[in-house]
Amino acid sequence: MSETIQREPLLEVRNLVQHFPISRSYTVKAVNGVSFNIYPGETYGLVGESGSGKTTIGRSVIRLYNPTSGEMIFQGKRIAGRMDGETREMLRRDMQMIFQDPMASLNPRKKVEDIIGEGLKIHHMGETKQERQKLISEMLKKVGLSPEHAARYPHQFSGGQRQRVGIARALIMNPRLIIADECISALDVSIQAQVVNLMKDIQEETHCAYLFIAHDLSMVKYISDRIGVLHLGYMVESGTKEEIFSRPIHPYTRSLLSAIPHPNPEVEKRRKALTYDYASSGLDYAAGSEHLIEGTHTVLGTDGNVRQWLAECPEP
Amino acid sequence: MSEKIPGLNQTDSKTILEIRNLDISFRTSAGIIHAIRGVNLDLCKGETVAIVGESGSGKSVTMKAVMGLLDSNATVNSGEILYTYTDAQGKSVTTDLLKMSKKDLRQNINGQRIAMVFQDPMTSLDPTMTIGKQIMEGMFLHERMDRGAAQARALELLNLVGIPDAEKRFKNYPHQLSGGMRQRVVIAIALSANPDILICDEPTTALDVTIQARILELIMEIQQKMKLSVVYITHDLGVVAKVADYVDVMYAGRIVEVGNVNEIFFEPKHPYTWGLLSAMPDLDTEDDRLYSIPGSPPNLLREPKGDAFAARNRFAMAIDEKAEPPLFQVSPTHWAATWLLHPDAPKVDMPPELRARLERARKEAEKYL
Repeated sequence: MSETIQREPLLEVRNLVQHFPISRSYTVKAVNGVSFNIYPGETYGLVGESGSGKTTIGRSVIRLYNPTSGEMIFQGKRIAGRMDGETREMLRRDMQMIFQDPMASLNPRKKVEDIIGEGLKIHHMGETKQERQKLISEMLKKVGLSPEHAARYPHQFSGGQRQRVGIARALIMNPRLIIADECISALDVSIQAQVVNLMKDIQEETHCAYLFIAHDLSMVKYISDRIGVLHLGYMVESGTKEEIFSRPIHPYTRSLLSAIPHPNPEVEKRRKALTYDYASSGLDYAAGSEHLIEGTHTVLGTDGNVRQWLAECPEP
Repeated sequence: MSEKIPGLNQTDSKTILEIRNLDISFRTSAGIIHAIRGVNLDLCKGETVAIVGESGSGKSVTMKAVMGLLDSNATVNSGEILYTYTDAQGKSVTTDLLKMSKKDLRQNINGQRIAMVFQDPMTSLDPTMTIGKQIMEGMFLHERMDRGAAQARALELLNLVGIPDAEKRFKNYPHQLSGGMRQRVVIAIALSANPDILICDEPTTALDVTIQARILELIMEIQQKMKLSVVYITHDLGVVAKVADYVDVMYAGRIVEVGNVNEIFFEPKHPYTWGLLSAMPDLDTEDDRLYSIPGSPPNLLREPKGDAFAARNRFAMAIDEKAEPPLFQVSPTHWAATWLLHPDAPKVDMPPELRARLERARKEAEKYL
């Protein structure tokens, strides 16, 4: 782990704020000052309930939104605010996204080869059509489809295969960072495992990094190296997956972990999930600051809060 | 009579819903899809049955047949769905739901005796009506209540499903509520006519984990209070472990394994159930790879030859290509449709990783016993 920390981060996000003004008097404050780093070749998992801002963060990072304030540095270049043409091109090429619903994110009127090859054309990778076709059929093989599938349309595939097409489209640019936004939530259990295994294999081969956004904590634990827990636009806790899972400090993280269903009827029938309600908890996220627990494990809270939580959850 | 039919638990409790040899196909532009291929299922009073399976396995279609909600291109080829209830005179009546007219079903069964909770609360609520009005709708229709009584009952239901400030919420529209609150409203509507059976079709898939746990606990609580029988349709084995008494595992339109919840989770016999259990990420292991069932479910446009699961089954034998396995009995309540249980079959045990995991789960469970 210490080795990772010394390395230069691939993506650095500092105090990212993303607000959406709805009217003069009402602004949706989706993300309120979130900071994290992603190192080359690692998987960073973002978890939180719906409305916690995890998808917004992914979309701000890839610049589908204009961040309200904050700093983002990707491969040494500033990507928050105005970018010059060269940076923009680098961002569009080296950061890719896999979406949640594979049917909604693939153009139904385009063949798979055109969907996958579009980025190649735009970025002038692959001189001739033959060369591009070769790249496309190699990519299809890599994601577990066959080259004959290139001439098909998205509706001719099953859900898991469609998600493979989405992954192929992201991978063909040979990106350094892939933002996977709930990319397995819409799939069946047995297919989820196939896609997650594929993502792991690809990471081993290409050393790309993932920002893995999900609400399924057991899957996040399985795939991530480090995890950030979001709630209401604040990063309430972050650390390596061992740190988070062996000693969750923040009450929200604890309630989230306690809600994970266990495939064990005897345990599950007797267990009650911890409840956590921000409004009645008396916490004020805006007043808290980041406290380092140990290693890379940080918790958001006031000094008093953190002292109290630490007393509640002794070291294992 | 139920003694003779394989795949049914022989318990003494009163069965309230019996599905017998249900067979349904759909006409589509691509051809006829044989979606349900002989399903038998029993639901007893006050018990919970979970139907598990991948999308397209037929779990929702089976329950839609019970509700008479099948699409117009569906044909019921054979089978019966026997529903036993106590009528207004206190007599026990058994009817075949498949033989009832749509009108009759709507007036006497749906909502009133068998209610359903759907996956997505936003699409099952009317966005143009206040939630109070939506809860009362069924009471006006089925029980001809007057406004005052209906309102009092609606508030009582809102309190029952744990919505704070029920009086204030009564006049809210669905969009003013969060996902978890909306699903509570849907449950309140389902309960408004005091049904016997509650069918929950993926009730928590659209919700967050923290809210999921709370909604499931709520349904369990209400079930005990109102002596409801509940059918869950889900693909989440964590949910099944929490709520179910009996589990039916469906694959390609057939029930491939059935048993009580401990038998399915601790002594599964069917390779498909093994696969499903192994594919769940386990919080306690540091395994590098997640086990996945290779391939994808069969296309039921073509009638599968032999065992429908054979192509994805690494324990498949020659006979799996030729004949469909019958349900073999493992224990009085446990049945599985796999040739591996045939007396002549070679002795095959579940994968060792899964065996180790189940062993660990059992140890953990013993702490609670």
